[in-house]
Amino acid sequence: MISSLTAEKLACVRGTRRLFAGLSFSVKAGQALALEGANGAGKTSLLRLIAGFLPQAAGRVFVTAEGAEIADAEERGRFIGWLGHQDALKASFTVSEQLAFFDALYDAPSARSSAGAAAGTSPVTTGEERRSAALEQVGLARQAELPCRYLSAGQRRRLALARLLLSARPLWLLDEPFAALDSAGKGLVARLIALHCGQGGIVVAATHEPLGLGNESLKL
Amino acid sequence: MTPFLTLLARDLRLSVREGGGAALALGFFALVATLMPLGIGSDMAVLARVGAGVLWIGAALAALLSLDRLFQADYEDGSLDLIALSPLPLEGAAAAKILAHWLSTGLPLTLLSPVLSVLFDLPSGAVPVLAASLLLGTPAVSAAGAIGASLTLSLRRGGLILPLIVLPLLTPAVIFGTGMVEAAQTGLEGGAFGFLAAFSIATVLLSPFVAAFAVRLNLAG
Repeated sequence: MISSLTAEKLACVRGTRRLFAGLSFSVKAGQALALEGANGAGKTSLLRLIAGFLPQAAGRVFVTAEGAEIADAEERGRFIGWLGHQDALKASFTVSEQLAFFDALYDAPSARSSAGAAAGTSPVTTGEERRSAALEQVGLARQAELPCRYLSAGQRRRLALARLLLSARPLWLLDEPFAALDSAGKGLVARLIALHCGQGGIVVAATHEPLGLGNESLKL
Repeated sequence: MTPFLTLLARDLRLSVREGGGAALALGFFALVATLMPLGIGSDMAVLARVGAGVLWIGAALAALLSLDRLFQADYEDGSLDLIALSPLPLEGAAAAKILAHWLSTGLPLTLLSPVLSVLFDLPSGAVPVLAASLLLGTPAVSAAGAIGASLTLSLRRGGLILPLIVLPLLTPAVIFGTGMVEAAQTGLEGGAFGFLAAFSIATVLLSPFVAAFAVRLNLAG
Protein backbone atom coordinates (compact mmCIF):
# COMPACT_ATOMS: atom_id res chain seq x y z
CA MET A 1 0.00 0.00 0.00
CA ILE A 2 1.09 3.57 -0.55
CA SER A 3 0.40 6.55 1.63
CA SER A 4 0.50 9.36 -0.92
CA LEU A 5 1.12 10.53 -4.45
CA THR A 6 3.00 13.82 -4.71
CA ALA A 7 3.91 16.10 -7.60
CA GLU A 8 6.29 19.01 -7.17
CA LYS A 9 6.55 21.82 -9.72
CA LEU A 10 5.79 19.41 -12.53
CA ALA A 11 6.10 20.58 -16.13
CA CYS A 12 5.15 18.78 -19.31
CA VAL A 13 6.21 19.63 -22.86
CA ARG A 14 4.77 17.88 -25.90
CA GLY A 15 6.70 18.68 -29.05
CA THR A 16 7.31 22.40 -28.79
CA ARG A 17 4.17 23.12 -26.79
CA ARG A 18 4.19 23.54 -23.02
CA LEU A 19 1.08 21.88 -21.61
CA PHE A 20 1.56 22.83 -17.97
CA ALA A 21 4.33 23.95 -15.65
CA GLY A 22 4.82 24.47 -11.94
CA LEU A 23 2.11 21.94 -11.14
CA SER A 24 2.14 20.76 -7.53
CA PHE A 25 -0.35 18.56 -5.72
CA SER A 26 -0.50 15.79 -3.20
CA VAL A 27 -3.10 13.04 -2.85
CA LYS A 28 -3.18 10.97 0.30
CA ALA A 29 -4.38 7.41 0.74
CA GLY A 30 -8.15 7.29 0.70
CA GLN A 31 -8.49 10.41 -1.46
CA ALA A 32 -9.60 10.95 -5.03
CA LEU A 33 -8.39 13.74 -7.27
CA ALA A 34 -10.35 14.85 -10.32
CA LEU A 35 -8.37 16.39 -13.17
CA GLU A 36 -10.44 18.97 -14.96
CA GLY A 37 -9.69 21.09 -17.96
CA ALA A 38 -10.63 21.75 -21.55
CA ASN A 39 -9.84 19.26 -24.31
CA GLY A 40 -6.12 19.33 -24.95
CA ALA A 41 -5.30 20.88 -21.58
CA GLY A 42 -3.00 17.96 -20.74
CA LYS A 43 -5.12 15.68 -18.56
CA THR A 44 -4.09 12.51 -20.36
CA SER A 45 -0.49 13.70 -20.53
CA LEU A 46 -0.46 14.23 -16.76
CA LEU A 47 -1.81 10.71 -16.21
CA ARG A 48 0.79 9.24 -18.59
CA LEU A 49 3.45 11.25 -16.80
CA ILE A 50 2.39 9.88 -13.40
CA ALA A 51 2.34 6.36 -14.88
CA GLY A 52 5.93 6.87 -16.03
CA PHE A 53 5.26 6.65 -19.78
CA LEU A 54 6.09 10.31 -20.37
CA PRO A 55 9.21 11.97 -18.98
CA GLN A 56 8.55 15.22 -17.15
CA ALA A 57 10.22 18.37 -18.49
CA ALA A 58 10.82 19.63 -14.95
CA GLY A 59 9.90 18.89 -11.36
CA ARG A 60 9.35 15.49 -9.82
CA VAL A 61 6.58 13.06 -9.11
CA PHE A 62 6.74 10.25 -6.56
CA VAL A 63 4.67 7.89 -4.48
CA THR A 64 5.37 7.33 -0.80
CA ALA A 65 5.26 3.71 0.27
CA GLU A 66 6.16 2.69 3.80
CA GLY A 67 7.95 5.98 4.38
CA ALA A 68 10.13 5.72 1.28
CA GLU A 69 9.77 8.08 -1.68
CA ILE A 70 9.66 6.15 -4.94
CA ALA A 71 10.38 8.40 -7.90
CA ASP A 72 11.74 5.79 -10.33
CA ALA A 73 9.23 5.42 -13.16
CA GLU A 74 9.59 1.63 -13.41
CA GLU A 75 9.10 1.03 -9.68
CA ARG A 76 6.25 3.53 -9.51
CA GLY A 77 4.51 1.64 -12.30
CA ARG A 78 4.12 -1.42 -10.05
CA PHE A 79 1.65 0.51 -7.88
CA ILE A 80 -0.50 1.71 -10.73
CA GLY A 81 -3.83 0.44 -11.95
CA TRP A 82 -4.39 1.92 -15.40
CA LEU A 83 -7.67 2.63 -17.16
CA GLY A 84 -6.74 4.35 -20.41
CA HIS A 85 -9.18 5.77 -22.91
CA GLN A 86 -8.57 2.67 -25.01
CA ASP A 87 -9.96 -0.57 -23.65
CA ALA A 88 -7.02 -2.85 -24.60
CA LEU A 89 -9.23 -5.78 -25.55
CA LYS A 90 -8.61 -8.38 -28.26
CA ALA A 91 -11.56 -8.99 -30.55
CA SER A 92 -11.08 -12.77 -30.66
CA PHE A 93 -10.68 -13.31 -26.90
CA THR A 94 -13.69 -14.06 -24.76
CA VAL A 95 -14.41 -11.88 -21.76
CA SER A 96 -13.10 -14.51 -19.34
CA GLU A 97 -9.97 -15.24 -21.43
CA GLN A 98 -9.25 -11.54 -21.50
CA LEU A 99 -9.45 -11.29 -17.71
CA ALA A 100 -7.52 -14.52 -17.16
CA PHE A 101 -4.63 -13.20 -19.26
CA PHE A 102 -4.28 -9.91 -17.41
CA ASP A 103 -4.86 -11.59 -14.07
CA ALA A 104 -1.95 -13.97 -14.72
CA LEU A 105 0.22 -11.18 -16.14
CA TYR A 106 -0.31 -9.05 -13.04
CA ASP A 107 0.01 -12.01 -10.73
CA ALA A 108 1.51 -11.26 -7.34
CA PRO A 109 0.69 -13.17 -4.15
CA SER A 110 0.32 -9.97 -2.15
CA ALA A 111 -1.88 -8.42 -4.81
CA ARG A 112 -4.23 -11.41 -4.70
CA SER A 113 -5.31 -11.04 -1.12
CA SER A 114 -5.95 -7.31 -1.35
CA ALA A 115 -7.91 -7.77 -4.58
CA GLY A 116 -10.73 -9.47 -2.75
CA ALA A 117 -10.68 -6.74 -0.14
CA ALA A 118 -10.63 -3.93 -2.71
CA ALA A 119 -13.49 -5.52 -4.59
CA GLY A 120 -15.47 -5.50 -1.38
CA THR A 121 -16.27 -9.19 -1.66
CA SER A 122 -15.67 -11.91 0.83
CA PRO A 123 -12.12 -13.25 0.61
CA VAL A 124 -12.02 -15.67 -2.31
CA THR A 125 -9.27 -18.12 -3.02
CA THR A 126 -9.08 -19.26 -6.62
CA GLY A 127 -8.47 -16.95 -9.54
CA GLU A 128 -11.55 -18.32 -11.23
CA GLU A 129 -13.83 -17.25 -8.38
CA ARG A 130 -12.14 -13.90 -8.11
CA ARG A 131 -12.61 -13.20 -11.80
CA SER A 132 -16.27 -14.16 -11.82
CA ALA A 133 -16.79 -12.01 -8.73
CA ALA A 134 -15.26 -9.05 -10.57
CA LEU A 135 -17.44 -9.72 -13.63
CA GLU A 136 -20.48 -9.96 -11.38
CA GLN A 137 -19.57 -6.62 -9.88
CA VAL A 138 -19.41 -4.80 -13.21
CA GLY A 139 -22.51 -6.56 -14.53
CA LEU A 140 -20.87 -8.77 -17.17
CA ALA A 141 -21.41 -12.18 -15.56
CA ARG A 142 -23.70 -13.33 -18.37
CA GLN A 143 -21.24 -12.30 -21.09
CA ALA A 144 -18.28 -14.27 -19.69
CA GLU A 145 -17.97 -16.60 -22.68
CA LEU A 146 -18.69 -13.97 -25.32
CA PRO A 147 -15.83 -12.89 -27.63
CA CYS A 148 -14.99 -9.23 -27.09
CA ARG A 149 -15.87 -8.33 -30.67
CA TYR A 150 -19.57 -8.66 -29.75
CA LEU A 151 -19.38 -6.29 -26.78
CA SER A 152 -20.80 -2.78 -26.97
CA ALA A 153 -18.61 0.21 -26.14
CA GLY A 154 -20.13 0.40 -22.67
CA GLN A 155 -19.62 -3.31 -22.03
CA ARG A 156 -15.99 -3.02 -23.12
CA ARG A 157 -15.60 -0.23 -20.61
CA ARG A 158 -17.11 -2.41 -17.89
CA LEU A 159 -14.70 -5.21 -18.74
CA ALA A 160 -11.80 -2.75 -18.49
CA LEU A 161 -13.13 -1.82 -15.03
CA ALA A 162 -13.23 -5.49 -13.99
CA ARG A 163 -9.61 -5.79 -15.09
CA LEU A 164 -8.72 -2.71 -13.06
CA LEU A 165 -10.34 -4.25 -9.98
CA LEU A 166 -8.41 -7.49 -10.45
CA SER A 167 -5.07 -5.72 -10.88
CA ALA A 168 -5.21 -4.94 -7.15
CA ARG A 169 -3.05 -1.86 -7.54
CA PRO A 170 -3.33 0.92 -4.91
CA LEU A 171 -3.01 3.93 -7.24
CA TRP A 172 -5.72 4.13 -9.90
CA LEU A 173 -5.14 6.40 -12.89
CA LEU A 174 -8.38 6.73 -14.83
CA ASP A 175 -8.69 8.48 -18.16
CA GLU A 176 -12.32 9.47 -18.81
CA PRO A 177 -13.73 6.61 -16.70
CA PHE A 178 -17.32 7.60 -17.52
CA ALA A 179 -16.90 7.51 -21.29
CA ALA A 180 -19.40 5.31 -23.15
CA LEU A 181 -21.16 4.19 -19.95
CA ASP A 182 -24.90 4.40 -19.30
CA SER A 183 -26.19 6.06 -16.13
CA ALA A 184 -26.04 2.78 -14.18
CA GLY A 185 -22.45 2.34 -15.39
CA LYS A 186 -21.57 5.85 -14.26
CA GLY A 187 -22.99 5.04 -10.86
CA LEU A 188 -20.90 1.87 -10.84
CA VAL A 189 -17.70 3.83 -11.53
CA ALA A 190 -18.50 6.29 -8.75
CA ARG A 191 -19.18 3.36 -6.38
CA LEU A 192 -15.93 1.59 -7.32
CA ILE A 193 -13.95 4.78 -6.81
CA ALA A 194 -15.54 5.34 -3.40
CA LEU A 195 -14.89 1.71 -2.48
CA HIS A 196 -11.26 1.90 -3.59
CA CYS A 197 -10.70 5.08 -1.58
CA GLY A 198 -12.43 3.46 1.36
CA GLN A 199 -9.88 0.65 1.21
CA GLY A 200 -7.05 3.19 1.44
CA GLY A 201 -6.40 3.46 -2.28
CA ILE A 202 -5.73 6.61 -4.30
CA VAL A 203 -7.63 7.63 -7.41
CA VAL A 204 -6.61 10.24 -9.97
CA ALA A 205 -9.19 10.63 -12.71
CA ALA A 206 -9.33 12.85 -15.77
CA THR A 207 -12.98 13.64 -16.24
CA HIS A 208 -15.55 16.14 -17.43
CA GLU A 209 -18.13 14.88 -14.97
CA PRO A 210 -18.14 15.05 -11.17
CA LEU A 211 -16.72 11.90 -9.56
CA GLY A 212 -19.67 11.95 -7.21
CA LEU A 213 -17.83 12.24 -3.93
CA GLY A 214 -16.18 14.84 -1.82
CA ASN A 215 -13.05 14.71 -3.90
CA GLU A 216 -10.63 17.49 -4.59
CA SER A 217 -10.17 18.70 -8.11
CA LEU A 218 -7.28 20.12 -10.04
CA LYS A 219 -7.87 22.49 -12.92
CA LEU A 220 -5.35 22.23 -15.73
CA MET B 1 2.10 -19.52 -14.86
CA THR B 2 4.72 -16.82 -14.72
CA PRO B 3 3.99 -13.49 -16.42
CA PHE B 4 6.54 -14.42 -19.12
CA LEU B 5 4.78 -17.67 -20.02
CA THR B 6 1.40 -15.95 -19.79
CA LEU B 7 2.39 -13.38 -22.40
CA LEU B 8 3.99 -16.08 -24.58
CA ALA B 9 0.86 -18.25 -24.52
CA ARG B 10 -1.37 -15.26 -25.20
CA ASP B 11 0.68 -14.13 -28.22
CA LEU B 12 0.67 -17.65 -29.65
CA ARG B 13 -3.09 -17.85 -29.23
CA LEU B 14 -3.52 -14.45 -30.88
CA SER B 15 -1.33 -15.47 -33.81
CA VAL B 16 -3.63 -18.42 -34.46
CA ARG B 17 -6.90 -16.52 -34.01
CA GLU B 18 -6.17 -13.12 -35.50
CA GLY B 19 -3.98 -14.11 -38.42
CA GLY B 20 -0.29 -13.64 -38.98
CA GLY B 21 0.38 -17.11 -37.60
CA ALA B 22 2.07 -20.18 -38.98
CA ALA B 23 -0.38 -20.77 -41.83
CA LEU B 24 0.33 -17.41 -43.45
CA ALA B 25 4.11 -17.78 -43.24
CA LEU B 26 4.05 -21.39 -44.42
CA GLY B 27 1.78 -20.59 -47.36
CA PHE B 28 3.99 -17.73 -48.48
CA PHE B 29 7.14 -19.83 -48.10
CA ALA B 30 5.65 -22.72 -50.10
CA LEU B 31 4.48 -20.40 -52.89
CA VAL B 32 7.85 -18.67 -53.24
CA ALA B 33 9.65 -22.01 -53.29
CA THR B 34 7.22 -23.34 -55.91
CA LEU B 35 7.42 -20.31 -58.19
CA MET B 36 11.22 -20.12 -58.18
CA PRO B 37 11.90 -23.31 -60.21
CA LEU B 38 9.24 -22.17 -62.67
CA GLY B 39 11.11 -18.91 -63.16
CA ILE B 40 14.61 -20.32 -63.17
CA GLY B 41 13.96 -23.30 -65.44
CA SER B 42 14.29 -27.02 -65.09
CA ASP B 43 18.08 -27.32 -65.16
CA MET B 44 18.57 -29.48 -62.08
CA ALA B 45 22.21 -28.52 -61.63
CA VAL B 46 21.30 -24.82 -61.52
CA LEU B 47 18.41 -25.43 -59.14
CA ALA B 48 20.59 -27.45 -56.76
CA ARG B 49 23.07 -24.57 -56.79
CA VAL B 50 20.61 -21.81 -55.97
CA GLY B 51 18.23 -23.87 -53.83
CA ALA B 52 19.67 -23.08 -50.43
CA GLY B 53 19.80 -19.34 -51.12
CA VAL B 54 16.25 -19.23 -52.46
CA LEU B 55 14.87 -21.20 -49.50
CA TRP B 56 16.74 -19.05 -47.02
CA ILE B 57 15.48 -15.78 -48.52
CA GLY B 58 11.98 -17.21 -48.85
CA ALA B 59 11.96 -18.21 -45.19
CA ALA B 60 13.28 -14.81 -44.07
CA LEU B 61 10.65 -12.95 -46.11
CA ALA B 62 7.89 -15.26 -44.86
CA ALA B 63 8.90 -14.55 -41.25
CA LEU B 64 8.76 -10.79 -41.93
CA LEU B 65 5.12 -10.91 -43.04
CA SER B 66 3.63 -10.94 -39.55
CA LEU B 67 6.25 -8.76 -37.87
CA ASP B 68 4.32 -5.52 -38.07
CA ARG B 69 1.75 -6.98 -35.63
CA LEU B 70 4.42 -7.96 -33.10
CA PHE B 71 4.11 -4.76 -31.04
CA GLN B 72 1.83 -2.63 -33.19
CA ALA B 73 -1.47 -4.36 -32.41
CA ASP B 74 -0.83 -4.04 -28.66
CA TYR B 75 0.31 -0.44 -29.11
CA GLU B 76 -2.80 0.58 -31.02
CA ASP B 77 -5.35 -0.92 -28.65
CA GLY B 78 -3.62 0.22 -25.45
CA SER B 79 -2.53 -3.26 -24.30
CA LEU B 80 1.12 -2.21 -24.38
CA ASP B 81 0.46 0.39 -21.65
CA LEU B 82 -0.90 -2.35 -19.40
CA ILE B 83 1.96 -4.70 -20.26
CA ALA B 84 4.43 -1.92 -19.43
CA LEU B 85 2.86 -1.53 -15.96
CA SER B 86 2.85 -5.28 -15.26
CA PRO B 87 5.47 -6.97 -13.05
CA LEU B 88 7.14 -8.26 -16.22
CA PRO B 89 9.85 -5.78 -17.33
CA LEU B 90 9.51 -4.63 -20.94
CA GLU B 91 12.70 -6.52 -21.78
CA GLY B 92 11.01 -9.72 -20.65
CA ALA B 93 7.86 -8.83 -22.56
CA ALA B 94 9.92 -8.25 -25.72
CA ALA B 95 11.68 -11.61 -25.23
CA ALA B 96 8.32 -13.39 -24.81
CA LYS B 97 7.00 -11.76 -27.97
CA ILE B 98 10.13 -12.67 -29.95
CA LEU B 99 9.89 -16.27 -28.78
CA ALA B 100 6.18 -16.40 -29.67
CA HIS B 101 6.96 -15.01 -33.12
CA TRP B 102 9.66 -17.61 -33.68
CA LEU B 103 7.44 -20.47 -32.49
CA SER B 104 4.69 -19.39 -34.85
CA THR B 105 6.89 -18.65 -37.89
CA GLY B 106 10.58 -19.62 -37.71
CA LEU B 107 10.04 -23.11 -36.29
CA PRO B 108 7.28 -24.20 -38.72
CA LEU B 109 9.29 -22.75 -41.64
CA THR B 110 12.30 -24.80 -40.56
CA LEU B 111 10.18 -27.94 -40.40
CA LEU B 112 8.75 -27.30 -43.86
CA SER B 113 12.12 -26.62 -45.52
CA PRO B 114 13.13 -30.30 -46.09
CA VAL B 115 9.87 -30.82 -48.02
CA LEU B 116 10.43 -27.78 -50.20
CA SER B 117 14.08 -28.68 -50.83
CA VAL B 118 12.79 -31.52 -53.05
CA LEU B 119 11.80 -28.85 -55.59
CA PHE B 120 15.46 -27.86 -55.89
CA ASP B 121 16.90 -31.36 -56.02
CA LEU B 122 19.23 -30.63 -53.11
CA PRO B 123 21.56 -33.57 -52.40
CA SER B 124 20.29 -35.61 -49.48
CA GLY B 125 23.31 -34.69 -47.38
CA ALA B 126 22.53 -30.99 -47.74
CA VAL B 127 18.88 -31.18 -46.65
CA PRO B 128 19.49 -31.71 -42.91
CA VAL B 129 22.17 -29.02 -43.02
CA LEU B 130 19.69 -26.57 -44.56
CA ALA B 131 17.14 -27.36 -41.84
CA ALA B 132 19.84 -26.99 -39.18
CA SER B 133 20.93 -23.62 -40.60
CA LEU B 134 17.32 -22.41 -40.55
CA LEU B 135 16.84 -23.69 -37.01
CA LEU B 136 19.91 -21.73 -35.98
CA GLY B 137 19.22 -18.63 -38.08
CA THR B 138 15.46 -18.02 -37.85
CA PRO B 139 15.59 -16.95 -34.16
CA ALA B 140 17.84 -14.11 -35.37
CA VAL B 141 15.23 -13.24 -38.01
CA SER B 142 12.54 -12.88 -35.31
CA ALA B 143 14.92 -11.00 -33.02
CA ALA B 144 16.15 -8.54 -35.66
CA GLY B 145 12.54 -8.20 -36.78
CA ALA B 146 11.52 -7.20 -33.26
CA ILE B 147 14.04 -4.36 -33.36
CA GLY B 148 12.51 -3.08 -36.59
CA ALA B 149 8.96 -3.58 -35.33
CA SER B 150 9.62 -1.65 -32.12
CA LEU B 151 11.29 1.22 -33.98
CA THR B 152 8.38 1.67 -36.39
CA LEU B 153 5.75 1.26 -33.68
CA SER B 154 4.13 4.66 -33.76
CA LEU B 155 4.37 5.15 -37.52
CA ARG B 156 1.17 4.71 -39.45
CA ARG B 157 1.80 2.13 -42.16
CA GLY B 158 5.07 1.38 -40.36
CA GLY B 159 4.86 -2.12 -41.79
CA LEU B 160 5.87 -0.73 -45.16
CA ILE B 161 9.31 0.47 -44.11
CA LEU B 162 9.83 -2.41 -41.70
CA PRO B 163 11.46 -4.72 -44.30
CA LEU B 164 13.81 -1.87 -45.29
CA ILE B 165 15.08 -1.78 -41.71
CA VAL B 166 15.12 -5.49 -41.01
CA LEU B 167 16.42 -7.06 -44.23
CA PRO B 168 19.86 -5.38 -44.11
CA LEU B 169 20.21 -6.66 -40.52
CA LEU B 170 19.68 -10.19 -41.84
CA THR B 171 22.54 -10.12 -44.34
CA PRO B 172 24.91 -12.17 -42.13
CA ALA B 173 22.23 -14.80 -41.48
CA VAL B 174 21.59 -15.30 -45.20
CA ILE B 175 25.31 -15.38 -46.07
CA PHE B 176 26.31 -17.86 -43.38
CA GLY B 177 23.08 -19.87 -43.52
CA THR B 178 23.53 -20.62 -47.21
CA GLY B 179 27.27 -20.95 -46.58
CA MET B 180 26.58 -23.87 -44.26
CA VAL B 181 24.64 -25.68 -46.98
CA GLU B 182 27.27 -24.88 -49.58
CA ALA B 183 29.96 -26.31 -47.33
CA ALA B 184 27.96 -29.53 -47.03
CA GLN B 185 27.54 -29.71 -50.82
CA THR B 186 31.17 -29.04 -51.73
CA GLY B 187 32.79 -30.66 -48.73
CA LEU B 188 34.77 -27.46 -48.04
CA GLU B 189 34.44 -26.31 -44.44
CA GLY B 190 34.41 -22.51 -44.29
CA GLY B 191 33.39 -21.85 -40.69
CA ALA B 192 29.90 -20.69 -41.68
CA PHE B 193 28.33 -22.58 -38.77
CA GLY B 194 30.38 -20.69 -36.21
CA PHE B 195 29.59 -17.31 -37.73
CA LEU B 196 25.88 -18.07 -38.01
CA ALA B 197 25.76 -19.29 -34.42
CA ALA B 198 27.62 -16.21 -33.18
CA PHE B 199 25.37 -13.85 -35.15
CA SER B 200 22.22 -15.59 -34.01
CA ILE B 201 23.18 -15.68 -30.32
CA ALA B 202 24.28 -12.05 -30.29
CA THR B 203 21.11 -10.86 -32.05
CA VAL B 204 18.80 -12.88 -29.81
CA LEU B 205 20.53 -11.70 -26.64
CA LEU B 206 20.64 -8.02 -27.60
CA SER B 207 17.29 -7.53 -29.28
CA PRO B 208 15.01 -7.64 -26.20
CA PHE B 209 16.95 -4.72 -24.72
CA VAL B 210 16.95 -2.70 -27.93
CA ALA B 211 13.27 -3.44 -28.55
CA ALA B 212 12.29 -2.53 -24.97
CA PHE B 213 14.19 0.74 -25.28
CA ALA B 214 12.43 1.58 -28.53
CA VAL B 215 9.03 0.64 -27.07
CA ARG B 216 9.61 3.01 -24.13
CA LEU B 217 10.44 5.82 -26.55
CA ASN B 218 7.25 5.15 -28.45
CA LEU B 219 5.09 5.01 -25.31
CA ALA B 220 6.39 8.48 -24.46
CA GLY B 221 5.67 9.73 -27.99
